[in-house]
Amino acid sequence: MSVDDQRTTVARQSGEPLVAPGHDLESVNEQINRIVLRPAGSGWLFGFTVAFLLLIGLMFAVLALMTRGTGIWGINIPVAWGFAIINFVWWIGIGHAGTLISAILLLLKQQWRTSINRFAEAMTLFAVACAALFPILHLGRPWVFYWLLPYPNSMQLWPQPRSPLIWDVFAVTTYGTVSFLFWYVGLIPDLATLRDRAVEPLKRKFYGIVSLGWRGSAMHWRRYEMLYLLLAGVSTPLVVSVHSIVSFDFAVSVLPGWHTTIFPPYFVAGAIYSGFAMVLTLTIPIRKIYHLEDFITMRHLDTMAKVMLGTGWIVAYGYLMELFVAWYSGSYFEQFLVRNRLFGPFGPAYWGLILTNVALPQALWSRRVRRNPVLLWCLSLVINTGMWLERFIIVIVSLHRDFLPSSWGMYYPTAWDWATYLGTFGLFFTLLFLFIRFLPMISNFEMRELVHRTSTEGEH
Amino acid sequence: MKPSRIDPEAIRSRLRQAQGRDYWKTLEELTNTEEFQRWAEDEFPHRSIEWLRSPNRREALRLMAASFALAGLTGCTVQPQEQIVPYVRQPEQLVPGRPLFFATAMPICGYGLGLLVESHEGRPTKVEGNPAHPGSLGATDAFAQASVLTLYDPDRSRAVTFRNRITTWPRFLTEAAGIRERQSATGGAGLRFLLGATSSPTLAEEIRELQAAYPKALWHFYEPVGGAGARSAAVFGRRLHPIFDLTAVDVILSLDADFLASGPGCLVYSRQFADRRRVTGDIKNMNRLYVAEPALTSTGSVADHRLPIRAVDVEPLARALAREVGAAVEEAPGKPGDAQRAWIKAAAADLQRARGRSLVVAGEGQPPAVHALAYVINEALGNAGRTVRYTEPVLLNTEDYMQSLGALAEAMRQGQVDTLVIAGTNPVYTAPADLGFAEAMALVPTRIHLGLYRDETAELCQWHIPETHFLESWGDVRAYDGTVSIIQPLIKPLYDGRSIYEFLAAFTTAPDRRGYDMIRAYWRKQSGSTDFETFWRTVLHNGVVPNTQASSVAAAANAGAIPPPAPSAEIVATNVEIVFRPDPTVWDGRFANNGWLQELPKPISKLTWDNAALISPATAKALGLRDEDVVEVSYRGRSVRAPVLVMPGHADDSVTVHLGYGRRRAGSVAQGRGFDAYQLRTFDRPWFGEGVEIRKLGETYSLARTQGHHEMGRRDLVRSVTLKELLKNSASTAHEGQHPALSLYPEYAYFGYAWGMVIDQGICTGCSACVVACQAENNIPVVGKAQVLRSREMHWLRIDVYYRGEPENPDVYHQPMLCQHCERAPCEPVCPVAATVHSADGLNQMVYNRCVGTRYCSNNCPYKVRRFNFFLYSDWYTPSLYAMRNPNVTVRSRGVMEKCTFCVQRIESAKIQASKMNRRVEEGEIVTACQAACPTRAIHFGDLNNPNSAVAQMRRHQLGYQVLAELDTQPRISYLEVVRNPNSEMPEA
Repeated sequence: MSVDDQRTTVARQSGEPLVAPGHDLESVNEQINRIVLRPAGSGWLFGFTVAFLLLIGLMFAVLALMTRGTGIWGINIPVAWGFAIINFVWWIGIGHAGTLISAILLLLKQQWRTSINRFAEAMTLFAVACAALFPILHLGRPWVFYWLLPYPNSMQLWPQPRSPLIWDVFAVTTYGTVSFLFWYVGLIPDLATLRDRAVEPLKRKFYGIVSLGWRGSAMHWRRYEMLYLLLAGVSTPLVVSVHSIVSFDFAVSVLPGWHTTIFPPYFVAGAIYSGFAMVLTLTIPIRKIYHLEDFITMRHLDTMAKVMLGTGWIVAYGYLMELFVAWYSGSYFEQFLVRNRLFGPFGPAYWGLILTNVALPQALWSRRVRRNPVLLWCLSLVINTGMWLERFIIVIVSLHRDFLPSSWGMYYPTAWDWATYLGTFGLFFTLLFLFIRFLPMISNFEMRELVHRTSTEGEH
Repeated sequence: MKPSRIDPEAIRSRLRQAQGRDYWKTLEELTNTEEFQRWAEDEFPHRSIEWLRSPNRREALRLMAASFALAGLTGCTVQPQEQIVPYVRQPEQLVPGRPLFFATAMPICGYGLGLLVESHEGRPTKVEGNPAHPGSLGATDAFAQASVLTLYDPDRSRAVTFRNRITTWPRFLTEAAGIRERQSATGGAGLRFLLGATSSPTLAEEIRELQAAYPKALWHFYEPVGGAGARSAAVFGRRLHPIFDLTAVDVILSLDADFLASGPGCLVYSRQFADRRRVTGDIKNMNRLYVAEPALTSTGSVADHRLPIRAVDVEPLARALAREVGAAVEEAPGKPGDAQRAWIKAAAADLQRARGRSLVVAGEGQPPAVHALAYVINEALGNAGRTVRYTEPVLLNTEDYMQSLGALAEAMRQGQVDTLVIAGTNPVYTAPADLGFAEAMALVPTRIHLGLYRDETAELCQWHIPETHFLESWGDVRAYDGTVSIIQPLIKPLYDGRSIYEFLAAFTTAPDRRGYDMIRAYWRKQSGSTDFETFWRTVLHNGVVPNTQASSVAAAANAGAIPPPAPSAEIVATNVEIVFRPDPTVWDGRFANNGWLQELPKPISKLTWDNAALISPATAKALGLRDEDVVEVSYRGRSVRAPVLVMPGHADDSVTVHLGYGRRRAGSVAQGRGFDAYQLRTFDRPWFGEGVEIRKLGETYSLARTQGHHEMGRRDLVRSVTLKELLKNSASTAHEGQHPALSLYPEYAYFGYAWGMVIDQGICTGCSACVVACQAENNIPVVGKAQVLRSREMHWLRIDVYYRGEPENPDVYHQPMLCQHCERAPCEPVCPVAATVHSADGLNQMVYNRCVGTRYCSNNCPYKVRRFNFFLYSDWYTPSLYAMRNPNVTVRSRGVMEKCTFCVQRIESAKIQASKMNRRVEEGEIVTACQAACPTRAIHFGDLNNPNSAVAQMRRHQLGYQVLAELDTQPRISYLEVVRNPNSEMPEA
């Protein structure tokens, strides 16, 4: 069976249509590129302004941090890591959904990825950009951050390879690089489309440069398909490896609550959980505003909700195992940690976590909830909050009361902590708004391919 | 070029005599002279040409003149040569980079503590104890360690002032001359001197000289805290000073006496006490300590049996105890209660069994009756002459401090005083509130003050002369046993200060004498030796004048002289008492501006930067109070607002307040800190009294404590065992759980040195001298209260306090916690830039210039001993503090991690010395700062690879264990189990 026949079979087997009926190749192009080629609406301008103001806020927060020091945050001894690391893990986790949708679902030939993969991959890139800020900002001496990179130097010093923070450096830079390549390569045919359709000379020049001379010839397409698959192959392990390595930041240490082997799969599942939640948070309003319901259909929302439910259960299993192993281990320190998590000063955060990550998402069992965009959107916000709370519990609670009671302390975030965090939302949304405005947020050529398959399938 | 012919000395003296407009007129005259103009050309050759040709020539010359005056004339002066004698080498052999040590002594409350002060290039940087001094034995307390910061304190008074305007010493001499004339006419009838406590023989001589000059002038001495030893007049018939010998003591009973941590001789008593409790010593003959006190103190924390009782109940307890041992004293009716009686009975029986080898000590916070009872009890137990001996008073005062101050206040109110000279004491701040001292002082026409700071008293005086610190002046002082030490300066006076000798000399007929000459003159007479120079150099070298200890006098305590128990005179509103105690870190307030001492966590409460009203858990419950609640404490018609701290082990119905806070004029560090307990203190009963009302105000006040959790739970942190158990099981269970875990990696072989440390927890009293020593040695910054509230204090060494048992009267343990230099350090593998690595000597090293500040190492440290510079905590900008810092230790900037280095600078310099001589470093050559300061010698440091070293032997001791060994960190610090010696006959607490 040829590849084409395989695809046709899959398309026929899928049942619910992935593209609303009545679309042909041209209408797909028109619908998607209209957003880019026409002038921006006032809604976009308003959103972009708000995001940009938050970005300015981030710059102020970073300026204060650089001039005065990490003491403006709430960290102390024993809790030497606070919001910066929580937010780092949170943002990186969010990025994993994009890579999973783009790469893994491509290799698994899941057609429903088509309308959301471009957007999700962009979201990944921007999330990684936000995340990558934090390991540099939280340093006591950020101006020598490059010492964490392996470069030949007169001191003859290389980074210390046993430290998970160095593994992080490799993991996150690899992730960022590969994600960017994958996303960019995926954009090339669409940029060419825009080049061909743009009217203003400036736009033609811009798209012309970034589309790298794509002519759409058969040879181009052959090489392109191969490259695309290869990049997907390279990206796929990253979904598992990057967050596993981020989890090693904690798992390699000796602290109760950190020193546990469940962290790699638990973190990866949590990443996908929060990533899909963020994809939903973003795509549900956007499909409404930009009238993309034909491409991002109910079926897409339904499927993403099912993925969330599945990963949510893996995360819940992780919570359960932590409780069980603490009891089973017989270690006084582990048992104290669990008692402290549940009933200590940060107990409300823990119970909030159970509510938002375990209890409320059970509504996703209901088909009505999964197909209700508003409810689904609210749930996605709840889950994202829950995942942030999870990182908060992991980082703060294990640190604030560890082995020696004499060193126990508390952690209180400061206004600068919040300002930096909200500022990264500014960075994220600024980039996102720019993306929406200047680049096609749905993959044109893949959609055209999908429409072609489903329409020819009907003809057969 | 022709040399300019101006005479700096002449100009200087002319300028010094001038004031205000005269000053500038004098300058103007100066600049117009030809000589000066030529000098200006010489001095500023590249400028003078343009300036002299410019139309603003006059202005330019004036500016030059001004700078000439400011820079050269009135600042540092070239003093006549005064040779100080270093401890090890002659001054000629000063090698830059190698410190010299000079023996001197620190006077505190009149008694001297012999010190060896480390001097780098002519500046004192670190204080150590003088092993040859009987009051130090090589150890120091927190106050001595922090004294170097007071020397360089930028808030110190720098200039002579008259009515708050800067003036000069010669102008004061003119005023003093005027006073001399006036007072000579009347024989000093209106002249009063008020001094702080002193034991200085030279000062005694000077006082005699002044008494001869002004026969009618009166001398007063005042210290808010102290004077306990001499409260013996009644029972002995004269004032005597007790000296204890704890080496010979088997059973000690303390009546509210914190004799291990405060009072004269406390360092020696700590050492003697510890020597009888050391697990590496003759543990079978361990001593036993009973303590009865209201609030937990260092002494109470190491007691084998502790009884929390109100201070007001100590006297009835003492009476009952006296009767138990057979002394003929009357008991207080109806007191003490049954529970206390059982305690007394058993304790008395123990004391009786140790006749002649026991000791009963009364605390300075107890009235004379209790001291008298203690002397009588010692007499009855046959201790006199054996474990306690008596000498003539070492201090110069012949009157009780309170009486002296009261007499002065009354005289001032009566208008009998026309000139008041105050030196070395701060009565406006420390006088009892009901004395009205400040108001009475305002009636005195001429008031002159000598002090280190322009404090509350200086504020009310017309003349203020800055006092020189003991590290920059000559003097002499006697230790707790009378031994004399000469105080020699380590640096020229930093500012325009004068010592008390020079100050008082102003009132004599030879006013401009130098302290150096006065001390030498006195000792030339005293030494009676033919070769005075050799004598002088020897005593300066050794730090002690031989054969000057006070000799014992025979004295019999007369039980009959003890007054009968006073019936409760007034009707009091409540039976809650208030107890006034000197603060463990700022004493009576004199150290309030010392940042190291303000930030030093108090030994039991771990409170910094504030004082609090300490109450027991039961009292707190009864009053509905919690930590940090603000209350109004009312006592005898006066009240203050204070935050509450609930302290385990505190007596019920008792509130302890620490003196020394709430200062109004002490400097920038002390400003606004704490509440002023002196506002409640009364003249007739300065130490405690019943009738306190506590009213909750509904506010809270943040208290910065460095430790908030004191329970160990099931954590195996401080191990303890009783002597009985220890002797029963010859093999202890100390080594349970201490086996090193299996590993795939080979052990690292240490062929050279392998540094290690052993800490004997049982004899740690929590005095915290080691914490300040570490801070001084390693340039550790002070972060301030706001940062301590955020848990960012920077102490590399901390003393953890743990309680076990009931909060009403728990067992207390002190555990000094510092970097354990783990063999398998969790901090090392997680640093991304290899800023923390392990040396071939076994040290966990911190490389400041490689640290990027990810703080993963701190997260992974299970002991949480690493400290991070969240801000630029080190004071980068205050010039006077540059001189104070240890040049061998990096001053850390923002964003780097730091922690204990086992004083690597000392290790390295010892290794360098040894390698120059082609030998290994010997045992005892390297002494870490904490080890050196410790009065009980609880800390031992050395080479584990040397089988004869103390640490190698102690590490193998059956009572040695490691903290958190189950994490397989393999620390290089071992702790010795705490051994307590409870009396099985004592009633259960």
